[in-house]
Amino acid sequence: MDNKMVVSSSPHIRSLESVQSVMIDVLIALFPAALMAVLLFGYKALITMIISVVTAMLVEALWLRKRDIFSDGSAAVTGLLFAMVLPPAPPWWLVVVGVASAIIIGKQVFGGIGYNIFNPALVGRAVVVMSWGGYLVGRVWSQPQPFALTADISAITTATPLGGQEEALAVSLTNLFIGNVAGCLGETSTLALLLGAAWLYYKGHIDLRIPGGFIGVVFIMGAIFGGGFYGGALTTGLFHVLAGGVMLGALFMATDMVTTPVTAKGKLIFGIGCGIITMMIRLWGTLPEGVTFAILLMNAVTPIIDNFTVPQQFGGVKKSA
Amino acid sequence: MGSAVFKGGVHPDYHKEITATMAVSKMKAPSTVVIPLQQHIGAPCEPLEGIEEGVRVKMGQKIADSSGFVSAPIHASVSGTIKAIGPYNHPLGRPVNAITIESDGQEEWDEKVKPAGNLENLTPDDLRKIIREAGIVGLGGATFPAHVKLSPPPEKKIDYVVINGAECEPYLTADHRVMLENPEEIIFGLKVMIKALGAEKGVIGIEDNKADAIRVMEQAVAGEDNITVAHLHTKYPQGAEKMLIQVTTGRIVPSGGLPLDIGVVNHNVGTAVAITSTIREGKPLIERVVTVTGSGINKPANLLVKVGTLVSEVLDVCGGLKEDTRKLITGGPMMGLAQPNTDIPVIKGTSGILALTDQDVYIAESSPCIRCAKCVEACPVQLLPTSIAQAAEHDLFKKAEKLHAMDCFECGCCSYVCPSKIPLTQLIRIAKAEIAKANKK
Repeated sequence: MDNKMVVSSSPHIRSLESVQSVMIDVLIALFPAALMAVLLFGYKALITMIISVVTAMLVEALWLRKRDIFSDGSAAVTGLLFAMVLPPAPPWWLVVVGVASAIIIGKQVFGGIGYNIFNPALVGRAVVVMSWGGYLVGRVWSQPQPFALTADISAITTATPLGGQEEALAVSLTNLFIGNVAGCLGETSTLALLLGAAWLYYKGHIDLRIPGGFIGVVFIMGAIFGGGFYGGALTTGLFHVLAGGVMLGALFMATDMVTTPVTAKGKLIFGIGCGIITMMIRLWGTLPEGVTFAILLMNAVTPIIDNFTVPQQFGGVKKSA
Repeated sequence: MGSAVFKGGVHPDYHKEITATMAVSKMKAPSTVVIPLQQHIGAPCEPLEGIEEGVRVKMGQKIADSSGFVSAPIHASVSGTIKAIGPYNHPLGRPVNAITIESDGQEEWDEKVKPAGNLENLTPDDLRKIIREAGIVGLGGATFPAHVKLSPPPEKKIDYVVINGAECEPYLTADHRVMLENPEEIIFGLKVMIKALGAEKGVIGIEDNKADAIRVMEQAVAGEDNITVAHLHTKYPQGAEKMLIQVTTGRIVPSGGLPLDIGVVNHNVGTAVAITSTIREGKPLIERVVTVTGSGINKPANLLVKVGTLVSEVLDVCGGLKEDTRKLITGGPMMGLAQPNTDIPVIKGTSGILALTDQDVYIAESSPCIRCAKCVEACPVQLLPTSIAQAAEHDLFKKAEKLHAMDCFECGCCSYVCPSKIPLTQLIRIAKAEIAKANKK
């Protein structure tokens, strides 16, 4: 009996959580938004998500020469998140090229899971925005048709509420909250995104400092610099929070573990930075929306943020400079 | 009072129900004991003059000592004949000189074992001397000589004595049983400490998953005006010195400092009982309560075991190990030591013998860090375990030191929570050893 004892360094027990269980929790958290996408944009949204998720898993499995295509689940998460930042019904090849870029350029060239600097799904989005902007910029956005699951939503297109003041004033805060507005597949429903984020928070996978800082700054800057066009300063601030990709970005992209700071202070700085850059692009930039590039820019400075925010250890004394 | 909770920590499955309701039973004295000469933090002991093979010793007789201040003498735990003096397996991993005594079954006490007299008539110096001579060390597992903690430098005024009844390690119930069965002895031991230190207040911290122990101890302190019981939130590592002191007194032990820097001394409940039996009956520390538990144990128990009893004999009393036992641990599952076999003696610091079967044994296979920061949230001393471990992996020990690696007390929370199953605690341990080596040069 003695010769088979395992001898290893303590601790001798581990929590049941694994990378795969964390990723499955993220997929569960994205389910409300995915369901809402189908309810609003019909079967085409479902097809977009399936193409994206399956391609992501296949590309990663091929790259790593692994048979287990689900594996740790991170490719499926990237695939689903990428679908959510696309228009509801883009051409299939755009989905495939975009998500392949996300997996390969966004993740694998850096060494795979854990080593990527930028959020893979947003790298994919940056690639398609730069390359085939015609599908993502302007009056190309499908108008949602709630509960018309079989409708071809690509027939009627419009601009997103961020397209201009006229478009903005055409939508109510209630519709923005529920998601009954034109926009990316998974970004429109604040309600669904909040439900998913609540699950992640309950499971301890997200820290409120990032979404708190991000959303807080968007609200404040929207209220102060937004011009109050949406029925007053505060409602304009709220409009900026609910419209576009802020909720999806703040709750699911800026909280991506790999590409954001690990320190508590760093997380807050990261969130605030995302909020500031998003609003600078929205208010004073040429693009209507700035969430993607805000997060990618903050991803780039994450190692520096971590280095400058090492916490004071228990019983430690601040060194006076 | 202290703040209710400390930052960080984890909530592992406690599995205390296995043995929590089992009263401590005295294990039959073994026929042979192997008593290591190093059972404490500090200088190892040497056999006394006249202690050699073939000599007869009595129970409680001092058989080894050291001239070092940070050390504690060793006593015979049975009466009988010395069979061997030489290296023997030790729970810490390396063989250590040990005295093997074959018991004559008489349990004949040494003449020197007699009550110390009334506490009122003993001076703090007397108390320290008696406690040192009794070989008492911290029974929580760290085995720091008790008399050293009771001898603060004169410029350090101690006002608080904190008694650790948290027992935050999963599985272990030895302290729990001691609190239920020996509350009066704990209070008396605490009074001895208060007197030895010239302190004012005593507080006994107990995790709230031991409601019965809290009730019993509260009854026991009912008549005392300077002793209180603190209800502690159940969270590992609540019983760690720094955490315990923070939640019971509100004071923060400075980084790199000691509790006595902030006027606090901290002892385990078992240590308090050992001190009591020394003062009252003259008994040196020759036995302790050991929780024998885990999925690999056929008949779990809380046993009063003589120091030097081989683990194999303790296991025999507990019905032996199950066939599929894969890991044997002395101490708890978070900070205990894995043992390659059962041929090791129980020492003063052995709070538990834990056997885990296949399904409970995690075989390390780690994947890259996903920077989830769960280790950062779990660290009770607010370090960045993932960053220190990463530095250690790349031999960047200066960087690890800058990240306060030396503040880590190896509680294991970071490894426990890591979804990538990275052996963070082990990597930080390596960093600490390398930093200590470099600083010695």
